[in-house]
Amino acid sequence: MSIDRRQFLKIAGISALGAGTAAANLIWKNSLEAIQAAPAEEGLTAKKWAMVIDMRKLKTEEDYKKITDACHSIHNVPDFGNPKDEVKWIWTDTYEHAFPGQENEYLPEAIKEKPFPLLCNHCENPPCVRVCPTQATFKRQDGIVMQDEHRCIGCRFCMAACPFGARSFNYRDPRPFIKEKNPEYPTRTKGVVEKCTFCTERLVKGLMPACAEKSNGAIAFGDLKDPNSEVRKLLSANYTIRRKQELGTQPSVFYIIGGSEK
Amino acid sequence: MHDAGKIIPGLIIFAAIVTFPFYYNMGKAVARPEPKLDTPAIQELKEKQCVESKEFMRANHMHLLNQWRDAVVRDGNNVYMGLGGKKYTMSLQNTCMKCHSNKKNFCDSCHKYVAVRPYCWDCHIAPKESKL
Amino acid sequence: MIEKALTGSSRYWIWISFLLAVIGVGFIFYLKQLSYGLGITGLSRDVSWGLYISQFTFLVGVAASAVMLVIPYYLHDYKKFGKIVILGEFLAVAAVNMCLLFLLVDMGQPMRALNIFLYPTPNSIIFWDAVALNGYLLLNIVIGWTTLESERYSAPPPRWVKPLIYLSIPWAVSIHTVTAFLYAGLPGRHFWLTAVMAARFLASAFAGGPALLIILSMIVRRLSKFDPGREPIQAISKIVTYAMLANVFFFLLEVFTAFYSGIPGHKHPFQYLFVGLEGHGKLVPLMWLSVILAAAALILLVNPNTRKNEKTLLAACAAVFVSLWIDKGFGLIVGGFVPNPFERVTEYWPTLAEALITLGVWAIGILILTVLYKVAVSVREETAGADTEH
Repeated sequence: MSIDRRQFLKIAGISALGAGTAAANLIWKNSLEAIQAAPAEEGLTAKKWAMVIDMRKLKTEEDYKKITDACHSIHNVPDFGNPKDEVKWIWTDTYEHAFPGQENEYLPEAIKEKPFPLLCNHCENPPCVRVCPTQATFKRQDGIVMQDEHRCIGCRFCMAACPFGARSFNYRDPRPFIKEKNPEYPTRTKGVVEKCTFCTERLVKGLMPACAEKSNGAIAFGDLKDPNSEVRKLLSANYTIRRKQELGTQPSVFYIIGGSEK
Repeated sequence: MHDAGKIIPGLIIFAAIVTFPFYYNMGKAVARPEPKLDTPAIQELKEKQCVESKEFMRANHMHLLNQWRDAVVRDGNNVYMGLGGKKYTMSLQNTCMKCHSNKKNFCDSCHKYVAVRPYCWDCHIAPKESKL
Repeated sequence: MIEKALTGSSRYWIWISFLLAVIGVGFIFYLKQLSYGLGITGLSRDVSWGLYISQFTFLVGVAASAVMLVIPYYLHDYKKFGKIVILGEFLAVAAVNMCLLFLLVDMGQPMRALNIFLYPTPNSIIFWDAVALNGYLLLNIVIGWTTLESERYSAPPPRWVKPLIYLSIPWAVSIHTVTAFLYAGLPGRHFWLTAVMAARFLASAFAGGPALLIILSMIVRRLSKFDPGREPIQAISKIVTYAMLANVFFFLLEVFTAFYSGIPGHKHPFQYLFVGLEGHGKLVPLMWLSVILAAAALILLVNPNTRKNEKTLLAACAAVFVSLWIDKGFGLIVGGFVPNPFERVTEYWPTLAEALITLGVWAIGILILTVLYKVAVSVREETAGADTEH
């Protein structure tokens, strides 16, 4: 038997195609029918979760520390001790850097120097979700912008897209840099992006986000679509601002700035 | 055939390399793993029953876990209706591993045997085990 | 035809071994990056893309520039490009391969790369970029290989290639437009948020790619019996000249808008790149080098005497290439991240490991280019004297 090159390539090509189809079949077949799943009964639900941060009620350094420590310890956020590899879910910055373009040099000193808690804004129109090539980051029905670290390929497009610097990339294995691991929550692995999730794991247990719980009433959390919710009451009674409203992302985190009271 | 002197030894070397795993492991059968169910949490259970039947779990736990993952992370559903309508919180760390707190003698024993390395534990924290 | 790449002079094999050595070094450092994470690079929370992504961006331009030979030859029947068009197509193949590799080495979880296709997401520009680049790669391999093979047998290329060639023209424009859209649609990154981005990308591509092609043609002429000819090189040099002028023009438009409007966010990246911001100015010398090279290149290119002299033309093309590499292959990406959206300056500089991995990817590209050019040149040497027009 003798075949020429052309015939050989044809046969080889067809065999490869066949093997490929068989392999693909095997992969697709290997998934279960849809499972029986339901939301937790005791869970908190909303049409659109939102947060109002009342800066008048945040006073001492201790107030801020309690908030960030609570968040970072339960979520196993590592502390690398250097800004290059830094991972953070909630942090603080001054007015000038939290609301760039809205500062003026005659602001009360108290506001100029005050640290503002910053976190993911869970935007109504999130640019990070728009750019993610794998839907690893997505917006849930209740407005929470979620991050599926299982699916993230680490392209960091979301970090370029987020105008709020809310996203952190695991430039290296975070585990050795977590002082005390919370055994009930996962850590992350190197090569994926992470951020604040409005504590979805606490909401399903009927608990408020950790930062809100530890804030002594400075951080209110609730349903933006419910006119009787605490956040709506605060929003209708106070003048609030959001970060970079001009970009049209519609942040869900509002700030009551207050006056010069200390 | 041209170059038979090169082709035939080449083929022999190729075949030798490809079949290496077979003759290297010949006669070295590794004992079939027996995943242990002797954890305190399981001992205390009245009815020693996982979320699904043993046979189902043995064959499908990885697919089930994938679906749990998507249900919790992506759909926000946390409750699983298991065997006989019993409800479970879908969580690897807080449900599965609470009973199967012996990762080494349960998960790892089979995974090692079949040479798979699931990357679950890159992120999820395995329960503390006293003995190695 | 691939067998033509398997025989060659000792000089050829020394070159191949050199490239393989560079690839090897890059690969070792890539393994290190895989185990340690991208923390091995100079990237940070504030500057989350760097050398890898900027190389990718620059090389998409090089790949797209093949169209500058395809259009005159296939659409306007400019026969003099007949000998050289294959060099453009094979350059595109090598460049797209480098693009895809740079995307891969930039990923935090490269083993999940196929998620892009498992969960296709049309609202993400990366999805379109992956589709466009892979399509363009395939088009150029098929077109280049088939036309070269028919040339080898002195037969006209099969008829089905023509539609593919026509398709490759808008496709080339699309790969670079889509790449510009990666940047031009992001809110809060003033340096990139500009409608002229895609146009600027294309202009710089059509200057840098053909400039590289002129350099390569001259190398090919020196190393082999195949001479692309003086006239096609002269024709390409005009393309380089006009495209470079357009590129500089577009850049000046950006400078005008930023500084006449006086909007701080628009001015800051330019200030950071060219004079430094808040005492940070790591890129300032490089950016001025780019400006000086661009100016020198334009003087040599616009003046017909220096353009027609192949020695000064070669210098001009090298200047264009280096200038654009600095501008687009480095400054453009870093400038988008500095200062960050909260007006804080975090600087970026690649690490040694990052640079060696980058060199490794370049070496893979050059290896592909060498092999493809070796095939093309051998076919040309074989059919020398025969009519190359088809």
